[in-house]
Amino acid sequence: MTMTEMGGTTVELDGEGFLVDPHQWNETVAAEIAGANGIPVLTERHWQVVRFMRDAYLANGTAPSIRSLGKESGVPIKELYQLFPKGPAKLAAKVGGIPKPRGCI
Amino acid sequence: MGHKIVILGGGTGGTLMANRLRRLYSREEADIAVVDKDDAHVYQPGLLFVPFGLAHAEDIVRPRHRQLHKGIAFHQTEIDRVELDENRVELADGTRLLYDVLVVATGARLAPEETEGLTGPGWMENVFTFYTPEGAAALHEALQRFDGGRLVVNIVDMPIKCPVAPIEFAFLADWYLGERGIRGRSEITLATPLDGCFTKPIASKHLTYLLEEKGIGLEVEFAAGEVDGPGGRLVSFDGREIPFDLLVTVPLHAGAEYVERSEGLGDSLGFVPTDPGTLQSLARPNVFALGDATNVPTSKAGSVTHFEGEILTENVRRFLAGEELDATYDGHANCFIETGFSKALLIDFNYETEPLPGRFPTGVGPMPLLKESRLNHLGKLMFQWMYWHMLLPGRDIPGIAPTMQMAGKHRAGQPV
Repeated sequence: MTMTEMGGTTVELDGEGFLVDPHQWNETVAAEIAGANGIPVLTERHWQVVRFMRDAYLANGTAPSIRSLGKESGVPIKELYQLFPKGPAKLAAKVGGIPKPRGCI
Repeated sequence: MGHKIVILGGGTGGTLMANRLRRLYSREEADIAVVDKDDAHVYQPGLLFVPFGLAHAEDIVRPRHRQLHKGIAFHQTEIDRVELDENRVELADGTRLLYDVLVVATGARLAPEETEGLTGPGWMENVFTFYTPEGAAALHEALQRFDGGRLVVNIVDMPIKCPVAPIEFAFLADWYLGERGIRGRSEITLATPLDGCFTKPIASKHLTYLLEEKGIGLEVEFAAGEVDGPGGRLVSFDGREIPFDLLVTVPLHAGAEYVERSEGLGDSLGFVPTDPGTLQSLARPNVFALGDATNVPTSKAGSVTHFEGEILTENVRRFLAGEELDATYDGHANCFIETGFSKALLIDFNYETEPLPGRFPTGVGPMPLLKESRLNHLGKLMFQWMYWHMLLPGRDIPGIAPTMQMAGKHRAGQPV
């Protein structure tokens, strides 16, 4: 766990850079996390995915997997990989200030 | 009038629930009906051995209706849909079944067509899955013809049935190609969407060590987006390519198709949102689910279904008696992992506790956990007998509780 300054406030990050408390999140925090992870600008398409992830997590307590994202977010899986290189579900969760998706069991 | 209990699916979960409930209630107390689209009950753990000639597809299939005890009605037809508001199931043959309690046990289906190119040219030629009896038998033929080259085992995405099976396949392929004297001119690679070879860190470490020891390549965080059979290329969504001569795929899994047609029953992948402790569905209080059909966060495996069955039988009884449900199911899973050369590992875990080293059962038992042994291999072989004669009839296995026991397990830093 590390404390760091982001979006004008102090936030707590876990060992992999995910917010520990989803309620410390705001749009400036999102932009800063994105920037630190190779996404210089968050476009409207990015936001669509990030908001979908965050809303799903806050409603259900779990983040959707990449497959559910592809089916439900309105952004196809191929594009998800262009928007969030390498691991879209993981990276969108990070930018959205929610924990790493468990997805795998 | 007795209770009406309808069970959808005549596989592991549906069969053991029907038999347990039949024992619990007299025929006056409850009518029990099971629905399945066919009459072929596959012993799914046996599929792993078919490609290597260690089992034959026809020997691991038995009639479903023969596994059901007397006094259980069996409807062999597709399920059209469940009408949750009417407490009614519509079958494809026109039959309507009304229920007081519905148990969803229709498992997971394979959806290879959802991956671009997977069922195109090359499918069942140089691209196979061993997750069906036909696929496993065809792969057996292909492996016999295989004369060295690149063998790639790929998990398209989670969740899948038996998450250890692809790793076991790679281990057995290493043994098999060695026996045939062509291991030296063969490469084996396991490509997985996970960030390690298995979902749980400590077991993943042990298994990664075994993969290295056997010279099996591991490609992690590989999200397969496209299969090019004729070109022998497996391509990820982010543009990585793995060349293959023979591809063994574990395709995408989804719930049964009728779940999608039944408003309010399933999630976007067709699995049934289910309370992980009570196994009551989130759709309706009188709808329950077990086995691969649920979305509970544990492995999709027969042992899970068996442990769930004990608690779910009690919860169906409590529900019909108007009592509070038992919420103690803990995600308990127990799996043998075949490692080749007549050895196997054993893992035992639940929602909260990952597989740990130690001894099973409860520390005094003879089987080492997370460690290769011949005894575990014999255990795996013996399990087939237990499956037909103890699990399906719905009997408890002596000495093995439905919830996971910590006795005999060791965490790092604790005295052994």
